Amino acid sequence: MNLHLRGGRVIDPASGGDRRQDVFVSGGCIAALGQAPAGFRADRIIDAAGLVVCPGLVDLSVRVREPGEEHRATLESELAAAVAGGVTALCCPPDTDPPLDEPGLVEMLKHRARSLQLARLFPVGAATRGLRGERLTEMAELTDAGCVAFSQADFALADHQVLLRTLQYAGTFGYSLWLRPQDAALGRGGVAHDGQVATRLGLAPVPVAAETVALATILRLTEGTGARVHLCRLSSAEAVEMVRQAKAKGLDVTADVSANHLHLSEMDIGYFDSNCNVVPPLRDARDREALRRGLADGTIDVLCSDHTPVDDDAKQLPFGEAAPGASGVELLLPLTLKWAEQAKVPLPSALARVTLQPARLLGLDSGRIEVGAPADLCLFDPQARWTVGHDTLHSQGKNTPFYGLEMTGRALFTVVAGSIVHELRS
Amino acid sequence: MTRNPQLGDKGELRHLLTTEGLPREILLRILDTARSFLSVTEREIKKVPLLRGKAVFNLFFEPSTRTRTTFEIAAKRLSADVINLSIGTSSQSKGETLLDTVANLSAMHADMFVVRHAQSGAAHLIAQHAAPHIHVINAGDGRHAHPTQALLDMFTIRHYKQEFQGLRVAIVGDVLHSRVARSQIHALTTLGVAEVRVVAPRTLLPNHVSELGVQVFHDMREALADVDVVMMLRLQNERMGGALLPSAHEYFKTYGLTPEKLAVASPDAIVMHPGPMNRGVEIDSMVADGRQSVILPQVTFGIAVRMAVMSILAGSAP
Repeated sequence: MNLHLRGGRVIDPASGGDRRQDVFVSGGCIAALGQAPAGFRADRIIDAAGLVVCPGLVDLSVRVREPGEEHRATLESELAAAVAGGVTALCCPPDTDPPLDEPGLVEMLKHRARSLQLARLFPVGAATRGLRGERLTEMAELTDAGCVAFSQADFALADHQVLLRTLQYAGTFGYSLWLRPQDAALGRGGVAHDGQVATRLGLAPVPVAAETVALATILRLTEGTGARVHLCRLSSAEAVEMVRQAKAKGLDVTADVSANHLHLSEMDIGYFDSNCNVVPPLRDARDREALRRGLADGTIDVLCSDHTPVDDDAKQLPFGEAAPGASGVELLLPLTLKWAEQAKVPLPSALARVTLQPARLLGLDSGRIEVGAPADLCLFDPQARWTVGHDTLHSQGKNTPFYGLEMTGRALFTVVAGSIVHELRS
Repeated sequence: MTRNPQLGDKGELRHLLTTEGLPREILLRILDTARSFLSVTEREIKKVPLLRGKAVFNLFFEPSTRTRTTFEIAAKRLSADVINLSIGTSSQSKGETLLDTVANLSAMHADMFVVRHAQSGAAHLIAQHAAPHIHVINAGDGRHAHPTQALLDMFTIRHYKQEFQGLRVAIVGDVLHSRVARSQIHALTTLGVAEVRVVAPRTLLPNHVSELGVQVFHDMREALADVDVVMMLRLQNERMGGALLPSAHEYFKTYGLTPEKLAVASPDAIVMHPGPMNRGVEIDSMVADGRQSVILPQVTFGIAVRMAVMSILAGSAP
């Protein structure tokens, strides 16, 4: 299909370009910018006046809940949610049931995602069998099956010897390890930041040290292994500072933060709002500020949604019993825009955190608007206001701390490999 | 943040979930009303018809004998019908969710739920989802709150000390796991005592406890110096033997309330305990049964205070 996107504000995070121009799509790629290529005949012309045309978002953490948790969400529902949010590529963590530790499971997911023709799916394999932190998975087999990285999701790797060997083995083959720094013991049983809210509400605490102790261990063990380590879901000011120093020392690590942690703090728990039960826990306002600064100055490379759909039965429980996580793949775009506006980060730079940077991490050539790049695009109305609710969310998970709140910015068209996979009809 | 869920549109008490954020006037009204009920509990015929025709459901998701019994007595003295449910042993173990249980009981035309649950926030959740006419009383949720216990403690203090102003109060023991301590602290600071002290080893204090408006101590003799009220906390047996405390013996040596430690308090200091007591662990029998102990009167006052709370919630208080 040949597309002509006419008169949009084209933002290319790779070059920093931000100008009004036409985009021509052919053969699944960007065929030309500005002037139509010779002999181009559009199958469809989209009037993009007033819209931003940018690379499709790449979300590093979207739980599609398959296999095994189809009562919470399905591949179909969550890929539809992703494209409705302008997300054209996503990584799914291995904490499914069973975990993604077998090539067959990964192949099946990849196959089903392809047949749905919505967003591109990049599974993250389990680093250890059953995520139990004892035996390595067959990383080479899993890579052949389509895994782009390996992780323990939210299961801490308690045994430091296993952690070291995982780093060494992955490093041997140049595989990426995505690790969320969490000490297995220090946060045991905890459900909220060890701060004034947990103290007042009597919630079992997770101290900042649960993150920083694990982070120090990971950083120390990574040196010399050759492993490409990506640090997931930083939550504290101290952790941001540790990553800043590690990068300054020349350690080749990257990091991400979730949109929840960028915008919320422990105070949002209010009167036990279980939608704010997320991992890692929402910390205090000072931590949130440090995360925002870290994302702005490049200490944190990527912003992700950490999309986690949870069914009502598992969420409408006392805070400490509720299943953790928040639905968010459809909020990643407006929450990125909100941060850009509040933190006064130029739009091309802000969008790089959800397009170019995660694409680079995955080794994809998307995340840029240039001739020859894959036509994975998001056309959004930066002024569109909408309210988060059952009617507007496509995800099966309606569990979000932002429920009922107004968002600004909405994807009107999402294009994957040159095909329109989402179109918002008013 | 949303409005305090225990207050109605006009600031009236709709549920009693926590003492935190409760206006001073409401606290005092409960205490005043309880005083008027105290005489009822001493009469030959111990009943008033203020809750006649109302159904009070005791929903105990966690075992309790004492608290459940005092709520039952309070409701019966107000002429309510009382239904006791020990849910830990029925629906929940069959997989029914908390909110399904509540919906089913609402359909049985309950007017009031008295809720005890092992999870912090359970009573809030039930209050949010119960039918609008139902009033919820938190009878203890996890580590969060136990407001009627704190209110009967305030009643006791007022009974013996008349005024809250100028009082120095020490809370001794496992504040970390204690819903009673949290509710006491909020009530005491709202009622305007001069000083609230907490004393415990660091393993039994929340990290940010000073942000609740208390002075933190680790030494009993320093903490009890010149205090007017000593509020002991119960130490659960399961806190022993792990990394929180080495032994009951050592706890008694360091934090157990003995006549010697109490001697540094004001001579007319009163000693309170929410019960059940562990004699020889947190408190010496010489103190528990001594001249300064008001532990048994606390229990009597507890019934009057719970009658006051129920009648105010039902809108029928005198």
